[in-house]
Amino acid sequence: MKLISAIVKPHKLDSVKDALQAIGVRGMTVSQVQGFGRQRGHTEVYRGAEYTIDFVPKIKVEILIADDSETLVVNTILESASSGSIGDGKIWVTPVEDAVRIRTGERGNDAIDQEQGR
Amino acid sequence: MTLLTHFNTGDTAWVLASAALVLFMTPGLALFYGGLSRSKNVLGIMMQCMFCIGAVSIIWAVFGFSLAFGKDVGGGIIGNLGLAGMGSNHTLIPGLSHLAVSPLAFGVFQMMFAVITAALIAGGGADRMKFAGFCVLIVVWTVLVYVPIAHWVFSPNGWLAHQGVLDFAGGTVVEINSGFSALGLAIVLGKRHGWPREAMVPHSVPIAVAGAGILWFGWFGFNAGSAGAANGVAVHAFLNTQLAACAGLIGWLIIEKVTTSYATTVGAISGAVAGMVAITPCAGFIGTMPSILIGLLAGLICASAVKLKFKFGYDDSLDVLGVHGVGGLIGTILLGLFASVAVNHGGANGLFYGGGLHLLGVQVLAALVTAVYALVVTAAIAKLLDKTIGLRVSPDDENIGLDSSQHAENAYSIGSSQGHR
Repeated sequence: MKLISAIVKPHKLDSVKDALQAIGVRGMTVSQVQGFGRQRGHTEVYRGAEYTIDFVPKIKVEILIADDSETLVVNTILESASSGSIGDGKIWVTPVEDAVRIRTGERGNDAIDQEQGR
Repeated sequence: MTLLTHFNTGDTAWVLASAALVLFMTPGLALFYGGLSRSKNVLGIMMQCMFCIGAVSIIWAVFGFSLAFGKDVGGGIIGNLGLAGMGSNHTLIPGLSHLAVSPLAFGVFQMMFAVITAALIAGGGADRMKFAGFCVLIVVWTVLVYVPIAHWVFSPNGWLAHQGVLDFAGGTVVEINSGFSALGLAIVLGKRHGWPREAMVPHSVPIAVAGAGILWFGWFGFNAGSAGAANGVAVHAFLNTQLAACAGLIGWLIIEKVTTSYATTVGAISGAVAGMVAITPCAGFIGTMPSILIGLLAGLICASAVKLKFKFGYDDSLDVLGVHGVGGLIGTILLGLFASVAVNHGGANGLFYGGGLHLLGVQVLAALVTAVYALVVTAAIAKLLDKTIGLRVSPDDENIGLDSSQHAENAYSIGSSQGHR
């Protein structure tokens, strides 16, 4: 199993979600996160004073998948999250030892919601 | 004792409704200040505002009203305790025997003024005051700063009132007073750790907009209620309040657009408040067109004045001096130019309406006296409390934030309280 983590621009979340659903991904976790990379921070203005805000709001998408789906899922996120401009985010893949569905106690691939690769 | 046997029910109804409007301004201020604060300090500043409602109302009823509006003890400095407990519907308030409303209605209306003026000061010491220290500060400040200034200006027997000062709804008593008191407090407390190097920015502009809306709504009671009757002067004050708020909003945005190339939401609400601050002393004394001009000037000047703290290094965290102090000065002094007896025959004519320089001189005197007295006495009280019971939280508590360190609460929590399956 693999954990796919993707940091994407907030306005790209819908297209990423739709594209992943289209290839059969049936579950994901999203969170609002803040950070910076090459895009660096941005400037906000309050009562005439300009403040440099180091952290830019982003969305983190996390998906558990079977090993053989890795390339398809990564490529799908790549296509659906890209705008070509700086700050588009990152995708990384982490090996996962085990997964458990809390309701049934199923383990491993049985605990993951997915249709792809079957 | 002379008894008032008759009062006008319609006028009393308007003043009572206005008192409720003015009370509503303090929770509104809590939202305004809360939204402008960081998320770890939002309950801290809201609690300071709420405490002012609780404590100042009771002080006012027990003896504050009497010291402000009771029979003068001599020299126009302070009232006596003859009205302690606020008297009755038939008590005569010295110098205000012509009052059309129940003296109790007048007293409760004035109570709400004392409450919001106290709450305004919290903005100067935001993010770093001990709650207990703030509570004691507000009690002492109400007695030593608010009550005397209210007597000098609002009581017809006060020494500034004797000079002929005009202050329709508290340009000196509320606005200059709170602005310069907040400055004194900010100086004694010192800067927040990390200010101005770290960005300390509003955590929720939408909450601040809601608060500003409530302040705006309540300000109609504040200014139009200060007519003390449901009459033509009240109508003037109501209209002037709206016009000055709108002109202030536009004035602030113009400065922002020119200097930073963005017009901001915080700028719009700050400008509206600045406009209303400046029209407060003038509302029932000037015409509609001068009100637009004064509101516009307040927006333009206050938008620049809030930057002074970066130049001089005092951490007036929520810009009480820049908005209320400076806005109050603008309105109080310009009233000396624009006052017109055609609007209010109980007022006077300013320089532009054939009244000469006398009124302008008195207005400048009252503005300066209020500013200096509020600054010096508030700073002295704060210094004394800081040396004794302690006014500033520890660096650790400041880092954690007031919500957690002072109140064991959290404005925005996740977990079971969310109620999702």
